[in-house]
Amino acid sequence: MSISVNHISKSYKKVKALQDISFEVKQNELFGLIGPDGAGKTTLFRILTTLLFPNEGTATVAGFDVVTDYKKIRNSVGYMPGKFSLYQDLTVEENLNFFATIFGTTIEENYDLIKDIYVQIEPFKNRRAGKLSGGMKQKLALCCALIHKPKVLFLDEPTTGVDPVSRKEFWDMLKRLQQKNITILVSTPYMDEAALCDRIALIQDGKILEIDTPEAIVKHFPKQIYNVRANNMYQLITSLNEYQHNHSVYPFGEFVHYTDSRTDFNPNDLKVYLESKNLFNIEIEKTKATIEDTFMELAK
Amino acid sequence: MKRFIGFIKKEFYHIFRDRRSLFILFGMPIAQIMLFGFAITNEINNVDIAILDHSKDATTKEIINKISASKYFSIKQMLTREAEIASVFEKGHVKAVLNFEKDFSQKLIKDNKATVQIITDATDPNTANTISNYVNAILQTYQKEINKDIVISYQIVPQTRMVYNPELKSVYMFVPGVMTIILMLVSAMMTSISITREKELGTMEILLVSPLKPIQVIVGKVFPYIFLSIINAIVIVMLSIFIFKMPVQGSLFLLGLESVLFIITALALGILISTISATQQTAMMISLMGLMLPVILLSGFIFPISSMPLPLQLISNIIPAKWFIIIIKGIMLKGVGLQYIWKETLILVGMTVFFIALSVKKYKIRLE
Repeated sequence: MSISVNHISKSYKKVKALQDISFEVKQNELFGLIGPDGAGKTTLFRILTTLLFPNEGTATVAGFDVVTDYKKIRNSVGYMPGKFSLYQDLTVEENLNFFATIFGTTIEENYDLIKDIYVQIEPFKNRRAGKLSGGMKQKLALCCALIHKPKVLFLDEPTTGVDPVSRKEFWDMLKRLQQKNITILVSTPYMDEAALCDRIALIQDGKILEIDTPEAIVKHFPKQIYNVRANNMYQLITSLNEYQHNHSVYPFGEFVHYTDSRTDFNPNDLKVYLESKNLFNIEIEKTKATIEDTFMELAK
Repeated sequence: MKRFIGFIKKEFYHIFRDRRSLFILFGMPIAQIMLFGFAITNEINNVDIAILDHSKDATTKEIINKISASKYFSIKQMLTREAEIASVFEKGHVKAVLNFEKDFSQKLIKDNKATVQIITDATDPNTANTISNYVNAILQTYQKEINKDIVISYQIVPQTRMVYNPELKSVYMFVPGVMTIILMLVSAMMTSISITREKELGTMEILLVSPLKPIQVIVGKVFPYIFLSIINAIVIVMLSIFIFKMPVQGSLFLLGLESVLFIITALALGILISTISATQQTAMMISLMGLMLPVILLSGFIFPISSMPLPLQLISNIIPAKWFIIIIKGIMLKGVGLQYIWKETLILVGMTVFFIALSVKKYKIRLE
């Protein structure tokens, strides 16, 4: 096991940030922690990177205990905090050089590991890190976290505030890194990114709701979901919320995801109801559950 | 070691790329020493005074000539009436008025006694005091001159000699003080800010999750500032020697060593401040309020410690600057060697060890 977390709890004064968290991450796995802001993702990262003590429970990273063997962990993991944490007044190259040096290595030594990413920012290597765009900054931060060839890579919300194209590129890179014998624990508030992980843990209010592969999590969704659309989105949501048989109503892009509480639900009944509310152009279609639907269902 | 050198290299990048801080770092010592050396001074020169001469005879004329001949005073106005005195003070034209009584010469010869009133504007008490002393001195010299043939029995003649600073130049007093302030400020404030900046920007989080040892981070942060502070100390000493002609009576080498010791004391304080403050602003406020004010007020730089109330005298003992000022005054002005200042040196060493031990103990290897 690359990471193993056993019954970890952590509180700050009155707030319970983590409650009895347990999970395991296998060697070379891309494991995602999916949850909204304030779910406790960053706290968990900080405990695993030896920056915080857990109140209860134990955890090991790369076989080392996070409390007693913290020095060994600090030698063998890469950490990219949620906030951009490189030196803004140093150039791209200087930043990378600095992190290589403090880990006792050189850029050349592990160049093959960062090559795919570094070639994209190399044209800007003499630019100060503070002047890079959001996507570039994240790529540089990833390079800096990788330069010492860590066994385990911790990425705390690496794509927050990054444009969709860069986000996709970033995830492609993570997939490639996985081939190079690196275990990756990544957190994200974006549900669409969850599908790209090998396994995910849905986390909310310091508790893990479910752990499984993205496919299994979606498959286990207990109800049939319908895409509902009409001429007036706002009135549609209000009407659906007033409908006595509704189980869940969530806006989802241009549709509303609707589940019914009855087992013998007939979409035509719903259509009749909506028409009675003066809505027209009504479409009701079956659709597959997404991770977001699962999350909303579990968080209910 | 390579890690450590890499870290120091990074620190120098930070310092040299931050133009504003760099300007403060090297501009401030020069500006301060110039200000204290030229503008802020306790000496008086060319003070404007007015004279109200009721007798206008030979003696008063001679006295007036003597006063106007001295470089301390220039006579701005001759008054004619008693009532004018108040108005010239109110207008602020003059700092002092000499009021000679009627029939000055006659009284002097007949009664052996004549009076001149010295009225000074005491809104600035120090200046007023100095003016009245200077006028008194001139009058006394004159008195001796006219009495030189008369033998007075039982006479006490005070012979005053000002040692170490015979010309009473105030720059002699300011240079040690300014040097202390600047070394303290640069060393303590700059290091505490540079360490808290890493905390604020989140880079400390990455440094912690790296194989760098706390001592490497601390020493790496502090090292560039030792270097810069030594340059500052050299600049200050050079300025005071070449511009203000201030002699360094003692050994320059000893002065250098003691300065390095004080720089390290201040750096240790800076580290300590950074361990208790989370943001650059807090670090700056603590450095300014907690270090600058005591250094200026309680170190004996401006106000003599012996005339403070007892509690303040006791507090002044825990201020490193007090001991450093004693040391550099000793070396620069008195030319003493280590045998006379070993006690102060030892106190500084003790304080440094204490601060370093405390900050290493308080340095967090985690975020909480």
